[in-house]
Amino acid sequence: MRLSFVVSGFVVAGVLGVPTTARAQMPADGVQQEIQQLRQDLEALKKDYEARLAALEARLVAAQSSTPAAPNVVTADSQGAALPVYGTAASSSKIFNPDIAVIGNFIGTGGHNAVAPSPALAMHESEASFQAIVDPYARADFFLSFGETGVDLEEGYATFTSLPGGLLTRVGKMRAAFGKVNGLHNHVLPWADRPLVIENLVGGEEGISDAGASVARLIPNPWLFLEATGQVFRGDTEADLFESSKPGDVSYVAHLRGYQDLSESTNIDLGVSFSRGHNAAGIVDGTDVGRFTTELYGIDGTVRWRPLRRSIYRSFIGRTELVWSRRQQFGGQQNAFGYFVSADYQLARRWFTGIRYDRSDHADDATLFDRGGSLALSFWPSEFSQVRGQYRRIRYTSDSTANELLFQLVFSIGVHGAHPF
Amino acid sequence: MRRTIAVLAFATWVWPLTALAQGKLNVMTTTEDLASIASEVGGDRVAVESIAKGYQDPHFVEAKPSFILKLQKADVLVAVGRDLELGWLPPLITQSRNAKIQPGGSGYVDASLTAQILELPQGQITRAMGDLHALGNPHYWLDPQNGRRIAKVMADKFSALRPGDRSYFEQRLASFVGRLDEAEKRWLAIMAPFRGTKVVTYHRSFPNFADRFGLEIAGYVEPRPGIPPAPQHTLDLINEMKRLNIKLVLVEPYFDLNTPNSIARATGAEVVVMPPSVGGVKEASDYIALFDYDINLLATAIKKTTTNAGTDVAPR
Repeated sequence: MRLSFVVSGFVVAGVLGVPTTARAQMPADGVQQEIQQLRQDLEALKKDYEARLAALEARLVAAQSSTPAAPNVVTADSQGAALPVYGTAASSSKIFNPDIAVIGNFIGTGGHNAVAPSPALAMHESEASFQAIVDPYARADFFLSFGETGVDLEEGYATFTSLPGGLLTRVGKMRAAFGKVNGLHNHVLPWADRPLVIENLVGGEEGISDAGASVARLIPNPWLFLEATGQVFRGDTEADLFESSKPGDVSYVAHLRGYQDLSESTNIDLGVSFSRGHNAAGIVDGTDVGRFTTELYGIDGTVRWRPLRRSIYRSFIGRTELVWSRRQQFGGQQNAFGYFVSADYQLARRWFTGIRYDRSDHADDATLFDRGGSLALSFWPSEFSQVRGQYRRIRYTSDSTANELLFQLVFSIGVHGAHPF
Repeated sequence: MRRTIAVLAFATWVWPLTALAQGKLNVMTTTEDLASIASEVGGDRVAVESIAKGYQDPHFVEAKPSFILKLQKADVLVAVGRDLELGWLPPLITQSRNAKIQPGGSGYVDASLTAQILELPQGQITRAMGDLHALGNPHYWLDPQNGRRIAKVMADKFSALRPGDRSYFEQRLASFVGRLDEAEKRWLAIMAPFRGTKVVTYHRSFPNFADRFGLEIAGYVEPRPGIPPAPQHTLDLINEMKRLNIKLVLVEPYFDLNTPNSIARATGAEVVVMPPSVGGVKEASDYIALFDYDINLLATAIKKTTTNAGTDVAPR
């Protein structure tokens, strides 16, 4: 490198016109002088090239920083060159793929339950979700539930986000907006199970989840957040809550939700719900001779407290849901009622405790009722997993008492979209 | 007749919403930092409100329905981006019923697109590294350089939506940038003697700040992003701080001070509660005031620790 500099220095010196005739006659100290001269020329040349190189680099930096929506306000700033690299190596190849996640829900059960026994160890559910924006008008959410025996489309719907008139519209298969718990997936429940009132009156774990359409509109008013939702479904639920024997036997769900912030940390959320559909009680040999219907009325209430400054350490949620069922069947209408009340308190960043009281009549025989209670303790190692222990005691109508310990591990991989509040 | 009444009723119901849109530009931002810059640029031609408060952890904001009402009326939504709001903004946008602020809509602004983003992950990343942001560190607003870029993006967006006010927005942008330039010189001068000071921070909130003002972040109280302190990590950190003679622990206002305080006791370091956002403390009332507050806080703390170290050493 240095050699080439010297050589090129000589060449350049020649070109620059060092007087060769004078040089030939120079004595030894003249040669010294000439070498000195050449050194200086070389230094000057080096400086010149360095300056040019620097100028070139600066122009390159300017060119790079101005290409993607150039920040014109930036004043000759070499940092500007380090603009964002869009998509990392992992994501650039799949940029249009939906967000994909799988959530495992493992439940172990110990203890005794003669009425509704659970397996000792079960990979209760593996939920796969696929979520993405479809086009400027809609987004789509799919939730496939892999149980131990088969696969089920838990939900799969398109949401139209920008229809005129403020109508938020969903089409597909979805969990109905009846109360609060019916709309929740297993992995976001604060318990390992669902309350008795949901099991007895609102279709259990599967709940009211059906193919149909949903329209929700905000009702403008100066006082609170008010949202009215109307839904029409085919009329079938997995549990024998609703069963449609004719295309016209659709089921309906209506929900009115009111929400108000009481302070920046406390808020209250109240809802009333209604649902109506044909039930299976009148179906004899595949023909619906009875034409019986079931009507459900519900009230739900949620109180939340989460101080903003300590929001990751402390919170409280109190919930209740009351459900009245009017079920027509041979022998007359059964008017059943059930409810639960629960409270969850966050002790520390990763620790939560909960308590719940349940009571519910049976939908097909309102003279029978079950009641019970639960205590739960949950630990969240990270945002993506949780371990829960739950003690549950249920006194069934048959006078048999179940005492059980439930152990639940929920773990999530991938990107799972945030849940509505 | 009945149908006419129904149509009229519907029209009166929808009409006020469209009529409202012609007044001030309604700007919602996800954080108070963005809200402050939006007010600087928008002046009295915009109405600005932030969803998150400066004193709350911006990763964990509740998607309360009251925010849906505000987003429904927004002309512009400015988000920090880089997945900072991943856990709460998407459902709010979906439920807002507002086509303008859907991603890709005319009023949706991702403020990070022209900013300088640090800590872009290299190679394979997994959640074993904690709650890592795959698109780089989202706390980029803590560099005045990026503040200028964000302001420019906002001025462009406001001008596009209100072409008549373009010169107004541009003049306000120039004024803001001018004041920020002046202030930055002051901040750099204050911090100049302390260049290379090593600090520990709780969360990875300050890489851009450290880069600009010459701090060296040598460790974190969190073992991994989003994972609370663990005993072994804390011990390692204490040893590392002793080895490197680190005397400052910077903590965001929304984190618990127990672990930072015990680290400070073990190492003789100073715990400094340093707001990363406008509104984090009362004094940090706007974007420039935030840096004023943080820089003065830091300079005071560094001076204190160096004089403390002096008195510690003297008696021996």
